[in-house]
Amino acid sequence: MAKLQLQGIRKSYGSVEVVKGIDLTVNEREFVVFVGPSGCGKSTLLRMIAGLEEITDGTLLINGERVNETAPDKRGLAMVFQSYALYPHMSVGDNMAFALRLAGVPKAERTRKVQDAARILQLEQYLDRKPGQLSGGQRQRVAIGRAIVREPRAFLFDEPLSNLDASLRVQMRIEIARLHRALGATTIYVTHDQVEAMTMADRIVVLNGGIVEQVGTPLELYHAPANLFVATFIGAPKMNMLPATGRLARTGAALVDLDGLGQIEVPVDTPVKEGQPLSVGIRPEHVSLAETGPITGSVEIVEHLGDETLAYVMLAPGRMITVRVAPDSDVEVGDRVGLAVRAESVCLFGEDGRALHVPSLRRPRARQAALA
Amino acid sequence: MTNATAGRRPSPLAYGLMTVLGWTAALVMFFPIFWMLLSAFKREIDAIAVPPLLVFEPTLENFAAVQGRANYFGAAWNSIVISVGSTILGTLLALPAAYAMAFYPGPRTKDLLLWMLSTKMMPAVGVLVPLYLLFKNTGLLDTRTGLVIITTLANLPIIVWMLYSFFKEVPGEIIEASRMDGAKPFQQFALVLMPLALPGIASTALLSIILAWNEAFWTINLTAANAGPLTAFIASFSSPEGLFWAKLSAASTLAVAPILVFGWMTQRQLVRGLTFGAVK
Repeated sequence: MAKLQLQGIRKSYGSVEVVKGIDLTVNEREFVVFVGPSGCGKSTLLRMIAGLEEITDGTLLINGERVNETAPDKRGLAMVFQSYALYPHMSVGDNMAFALRLAGVPKAERTRKVQDAARILQLEQYLDRKPGQLSGGQRQRVAIGRAIVREPRAFLFDEPLSNLDASLRVQMRIEIARLHRALGATTIYVTHDQVEAMTMADRIVVLNGGIVEQVGTPLELYHAPANLFVATFIGAPKMNMLPATGRLARTGAALVDLDGLGQIEVPVDTPVKEGQPLSVGIRPEHVSLAETGPITGSVEIVEHLGDETLAYVMLAPGRMITVRVAPDSDVEVGDRVGLAVRAESVCLFGEDGRALHVPSLRRPRARQAALA
Repeated sequence: MTNATAGRRPSPLAYGLMTVLGWTAALVMFFPIFWMLLSAFKREIDAIAVPPLLVFEPTLENFAAVQGRANYFGAAWNSIVISVGSTILGTLLALPAAYAMAFYPGPRTKDLLLWMLSTKMMPAVGVLVPLYLLFKNTGLLDTRTGLVIITTLANLPIIVWMLYSFFKEVPGEIIEASRMDGAKPFQQFALVLMPLALPGIASTALLSIILAWNEAFWTINLTAANAGPLTAFIASFSSPEGLFWAKLSAASTLAVAPILVFGWMTQRQLVRGLTFGAVK
């Protein structure tokens, strides 16, 4: 298994820099997800690690060895592409055995390894078929099988599920996570879907505009975002972001004015100045409906999702806040409601988008055990 | 249109009209060939009869006369050698070029492709004299080797362009996957790209054979008795002593027959190849 180190990795196309200096260590057996909006450089970064794209500047180390100039197949990595990229003219078995064939592995061993991988992926009865005769999910499994048989030092996934329909995506997500646990292989997984990132990753790398916005476990990113971008990118429904102004500052707390909507007191790590422009971030579950409150509004939309209900409350023209309420809540459209904010769970961001305060993180025990 | 569905499903009348129109166009195009075929079996006197004769006593004397005056089989053999030879040579040269252009394009690849095509727009007669002198000095005049070379060069831009567009249809990720799997450039080419692009390569080769077969300018101007293919063979029947329609028809029939049969046998592949990029 491999440990990957990225040191100041950059990529330019002519004068356009798309990856702007990335430092990151991916530990052995770790499942790291690169997530970000399209065009953030995540796929380019993955392709540089794979060796399909030249590294303009910086150093890529695999197990401590510099591999910048090493050919893709000599890096010992396997990649699963978004389009599956199966060889249409070869059978499923030949697709999976192709790398072994090129490496000169004897036929008997090749067959055994393909059989093993096919068993893991439940592809045994399809080995003689052509990729064109398979469904999308099966093709994706063949692509994964092709990666497995090579016994790579690390797996690279480039948005592997985005061509699948929603239910299949959930199923494949679980399969990939299960596979990762079974094989214990270092994995880098690129996606634009933050749900995939949250559910699969040991650590998430949030990329935006060619730089790393934050690296952390899913819950770290969710509860303690380093900046506005991460705060709004991670989590569905999105974190509510309200413009505010700093008022009274005390040690460890500040009174902030929600620009005409009322005032709330929030804990802070760095003192807030009088009149300082701020953004207050409130997760939908950290605010609840009340009879009255410092903030009031009217319910615009109610979404019943079964296990939860979301109420969209209009505070002022153009300022809506999402509130997660109990599934049996009797809130109705048009209700005048007050909002109770759990101040200790609020995030506070400065003018530059950097977090001035995030709630302290409670690590669930299970994850800590998994990381240890 | 008064009928809203008329656009999708033609009425019997429109359908009949289109059928008649289609047949008319086809017949108009086919008629000269048909007439040539007919004339080839007429006596010279019947061939120029006014009004034209549809019923006549068929004869094979023109074919005998044609073979007696010129060497048909020699010319046909030259045509085969030149068209097949130039196609093999041209495809061998174009395959790596198109591969590199499609999968490893540089900043000037597009310009290069356009420049290659633009050479086809230059009137060939403009370079006839220099080429003639080159051929004369290198001893290539009136040789099959010389004609294979010149035909290859004349058709190379089109072959590269066609192969390039076929290669462009192959998803780049498949080639990248083979790189990840450890395929060397030649293996990527031979084991992955070639099987996928084979229909396109076949279409290109077919077209190249037909183009080479029909190429008349260089073959007529750079050959004499020795290496002249069928185009030169036909041209030799248009002589200052006058036109002999029946013999000319017989010669033409003999000249087009092989490629006509070849084209008919391969038309499915040809049409598929030529519309490949268009109907994606």
